[in-house]
Amino acid sequence: MLGYQSSLVMYDEEYQRIVEIADKLLRESNAKAVFLVDRNGQLIAATGETEHLDTTSLASLTAGNIAATGGLAKLIGEKEFSILFHEGEKDNIHISIVGGRVILVVIFDQRSSLGLVRLRVKKGSEDFDRTMEELDRKSAEEAGSGGPQNPFAEITDDDIDNLFR
Amino acid sequence: MAFINYAAREINCKIVYYGPGLCGKTTNLQTIYQRTSPDARGKMISLATETERTLFFDFLPLALGDIRGFKTRFHLYTVPGQVFYDASRKLILKGVDGVVFVADSQEERLDANIESLENLKDNLEEQGYDLEKIPFVIQYNKRDLPNQSPLEELQELLNPDQVPEFEACALTGEGVFETLKAVAKQILIELKKGRR
Repeated sequence: MLGYQSSLVMYDEEYQRIVEIADKLLRESNAKAVFLVDRNGQLIAATGETEHLDTTSLASLTAGNIAATGGLAKLIGEKEFSILFHEGEKDNIHISIVGGRVILVVIFDQRSSLGLVRLRVKKGSEDFDRTMEELDRKSAEEAGSGGPQNPFAEITDDDIDNLFR
Repeated sequence: MAFINYAAREINCKIVYYGPGLCGKTTNLQTIYQRTSPDARGKMISLATETERTLFFDFLPLALGDIRGFKTRFHLYTVPGQVFYDASRKLILKGVDGVVFVADSQEERLDANIESLENLKDNLEEQGYDLEKIPFVIQYNKRDLPNQSPLEELQELLNPDQVPEFEACALTGEGVFETLKAVAKQILIELKKGRR
């Protein structure tokens, strides 16, 4: 059994690639905002009209939402519900699971439509999935070869104490 | 499972407050929220019932500062303590980096504490974790109340492995930051070991 589980690591190159894919999806689906969230609730990337949104809370609640519906799915014998759609008066949220491990969130209004969003999300998901696979490969390689300098390898008790001053 | 983001130079860790119903998990988060400067904290979210019992979770993001050029963020979650919300508790433990067990010091809650701690072990095991191997601290809350169990009894029953433990009164804030600091420190030490 595991103790401390391995972390999700994001590198510059893959991050840029993810933002590019998110920007493309945002444009092509006429959406307001696009987010990529880890299943544990950590925000990976956000693009579009995000300045008035609490992106941290959005990521956490999205992951909670996916986890809760995943629990529901299992109760009725489904593996998971891979797409969730929430319709509001003005804005709508389309949530989907990409490659079983990350969550793609698209927020859109009447300038777009559910059909268009679903279509573009399908294409975008393949691109995201490929990039996440590359990221996994890279993480595994880096971990095997000692990786880039672990930024925490040399932290001291003082560094930690300073956080709480 | 910490999220290390080299692109944004950020590290995100998840801490879960666990314990029996009404032991003060949500109060811990509320106190931390009230006593942290606004630029270091995000919005606190509580998914609670109309009677303010936690239904799914409370969530509080904290940005504590930089370590070696990396912004250090902690995401604090509570679980619903009531026994019948077990399915929700399991979900919230996913990807956890460190656990705080909040025990209710009142005599009549002794059994509830033991039951909740056993439940924590079971639920962690289901997720593939071993409580003995992850950052873990215990808080004995409500030390200000008159009808409390002796500290020695709580220690013997709840903390045989002698993990870091703190007496607290979450309402007044006593012991709250000491608890948080201890679990955060353990998490950072795990990261230092490079198990990522």
